[in-house]
Amino acid sequence: MGITIYVLTFALLLIGIYAVVAKKNVVKIIVGVLVIDYAVNLFLVLVGYRTGGGAPILAEGQPVTEFARTAVDPLPQAMVLTSIVIGLGITALMVAMAIRLWENYRTFDMNEIRRLRG
Amino acid sequence: MIAPHLPALIVVVPLVAGLVALFLGRGHLPWLLTLLVTWAVFALSATLLGRVLVAGAPPVEYAMGSWPAPWGIVYRVDAVNAFVLTIVSGIAAVCAVFARLSVAAEIPAERWRFFYSAWLLCLTGLLGITITGDAFNLYVLLEIASLSTYTLVALGVQKDRRALTAAFRYLILGTVGATFLLLGIGHLYMKTGTLNMVDLADRLAGLQSDRVVLTAFALIVTGLGLKVALFPLHMWLPNAYTYAPSVVTAFLAATATKVGAYMTFRFLFTVFGLRVTFDFLSADVFLIGFSCLAILVASVLAIRQNNIKRLLAYSSVAQIGYIMLGLGLHNHASVTGAVVHVFNHAVMKGGLFLALGAVVYRLGGATIGELRGLGRRMPLTAAAIVVGGMGLVGVPATAGFISKWYLVAGCLHGDAWPLAVVILVGSILALLYVWRVVEALYFAVPENPSLPVREAPLALLVPTWVLIGASLYFGLHATFTVATAKAAAVALGVGE
Repeated sequence: MGITIYVLTFALLLIGIYAVVAKKNVVKIIVGVLVIDYAVNLFLVLVGYRTGGGAPILAEGQPVTEFARTAVDPLPQAMVLTSIVIGLGITALMVAMAIRLWENYRTFDMNEIRRLRG
Repeated sequence: MIAPHLPALIVVVPLVAGLVALFLGRGHLPWLLTLLVTWAVFALSATLLGRVLVAGAPPVEYAMGSWPAPWGIVYRVDAVNAFVLTIVSGIAAVCAVFARLSVAAEIPAERWRFFYSAWLLCLTGLLGITITGDAFNLYVLLEIASLSTYTLVALGVQKDRRALTAAFRYLILGTVGATFLLLGIGHLYMKTGTLNMVDLADRLAGLQSDRVVLTAFALIVTGLGLKVALFPLHMWLPNAYTYAPSVVTAFLAATATKVGAYMTFRFLFTVFGLRVTFDFLSADVFLIGFSCLAILVASVLAIRQNNIKRLLAYSSVAQIGYIMLGLGLHNHASVTGAVVHVFNHAVMKGGLFLALGAVVYRLGGATIGELRGLGRRMPLTAAAIVVGGMGLVGVPATAGFISKWYLVAGCLHGDAWPLAVVILVGSILALLYVWRVVEALYFAVPENPSLPVREAPLALLVPTWVLIGASLYFGLHATFTVATAKAAAVALGVGE
C-alpha cells in the first residue's frame, strides 16, 4: 500500500480546501468542508491501519506481545467515530445556516449576498 | 465529597445546565439558571486557583472515570490553566448579570432559552479546553465551544441580517481551523502513540528534528492561528464581533480568543516544549513577525472604523498581537507580560464591549454618530468607555500599562529593542483610535438633541463598571495578577 494512499488522502484534503477557498456558492463551500472532514477521518483511520492486521481483541491464550504486533490500533478508530459525530453536528449547523441565508437573501451566491448587504 | 471532584464539576455543571436550560420555558428562568451556574463555576475555579497557587503545590490532577493517566483522559490544572479558568468563568459571571436586559432587548423572547443553552455549552467548551490534559479531548471541547459560538453570533440576526453571513464565514473558517488542529494531533499520535499532553511532551522532548513533528507543528499552529485570530488569519473576527448580540461580543472578546491563546501556550511550550518549538523549528521568527504586523496593521485599520464595535474588534486583533509577541520572545518577563495581558485585556475589552452594549440598549446602535455628545447624556457609560480606552492605550495606573511594562521589559531582556518600538508605536495608534471615540463622546454635538436619552439602567452599569473598575484596580495593585502570571510562566517552563 505504501505511500500512495497517503498522497491520495492529501489530494482529497487539497480538493476540499480548494472548494472552500475558491467557490462562491454556499452549498459548494459546505461540500468543500465535508470533503476536508472526510480526508481527515480517512487519514486518522490510516494511522491505525496495519496491513494484514487482526481485530484488536485479545484472544484467550494469545501472548500479549504477539497481540501487540498483529492487531490494528483501535484508538484512531475511536477518534474517527467521535470526529464523525462532530462532523454531523457541523454539517447540520452549516445546512441550517444555509437555509436561513436563503430565507434572508434568496440566493446562495456569496458575492451576491455581499452586494445585497444590510 | 465535592472537593476531590472539583475539576470535573467545572465542566460537568455548565454542560448539564446547558441541556436543562432548554426545558425551562420562555420566561427568565433560563437566565436565572445561567446566572447561578456561572457564579458557581466562578467560585469553583477560584477555589482551584487558590489550591494551585500554594507555593510548591503540584498540579491538581483528576482522572476521568478513574482511568489512570496515559490511557484515560486526565484533567491537569497548573497555574496557567487555573488562571485562565478563573478569567473565563469570572467574565461569564459578570456578563450573565448584564445579559438579562441586553438579551431581552436584542433577541425575541421565544429564543431566550436557546440563547442561554448555547451560551452555557460555549462556556462548557471553553472551560473544558482550558482544563483538559488530553489533546484529542481538547479538540472535542473546542468543537463544542465553536459550534455554540457560531450559533450565538448568528442569533444577532434579529438586529442585522449580516450576522448570518458573519456567522457562516466564521463557521467555515473555524471548522477548517479545527480540522487542521485534528490533523496535527493525528500526526502527533502517529509519531508518539499517545494523546496525553504530559506523555506527548516526554516523548517529543527526546526527538531530533523530524518531518512528521514538523508537519504536526505546522498544522497545529495554523489551526490555532485561525482560532486566536492571529493576523493574517483574523478575517472572521471583525464581522463576527460587530454583528453578534452585544453581550455575546463582550463574552467572546474577553474569553474565546484568550482560550485560543492558552491553547497556543500549551501546545508550543508544554507539548512541543521550548527546545523543539524555538531551537529546532524557530517558531519565534514567524510568531514575532506576524505579531508585529497584527499590532501595526490592525491598529491602523481600527482608526478608520465608524462602527465602534468593529473598531474594538480590530483593536482586539492588535491586542492578540501583543500576547503572541510575548509568547514569541519566550523569556520570563515577556511570557509574564503575555499571561498578564490575557487577564488585563479580558477585563478591559469585556468592560468596553459591555459599555457599548449599554449604548446599544439605549440608542439601538454603536456607530461614531450615535456616540456624539453622549458624555453629557450617559455620563457613567461614557466614562467607562474612556477608562477602558485608556487601558487599551496603556496609560499608567490602568491594567494595560502593567502588561506593556512586562512586554517591553521582555523585549529589552531579549535584546530586541526594535520590538519595544513596535509596542510603543502600537500604543500611539491605540491613542488615535481611542481619541476618535473620546472626541465623539465629549466634544461633538448630538445628532438629534431632541431625542431623550437617559443613563443606562443599573443592571447594565454595574457589570460594566465591575470590569472597568477591575482594570483600574489591577492597574494600581498588580501584585496578585503579576505573581500569578509569573507562576504561570514558571509552569510553562520559562523560569527567571
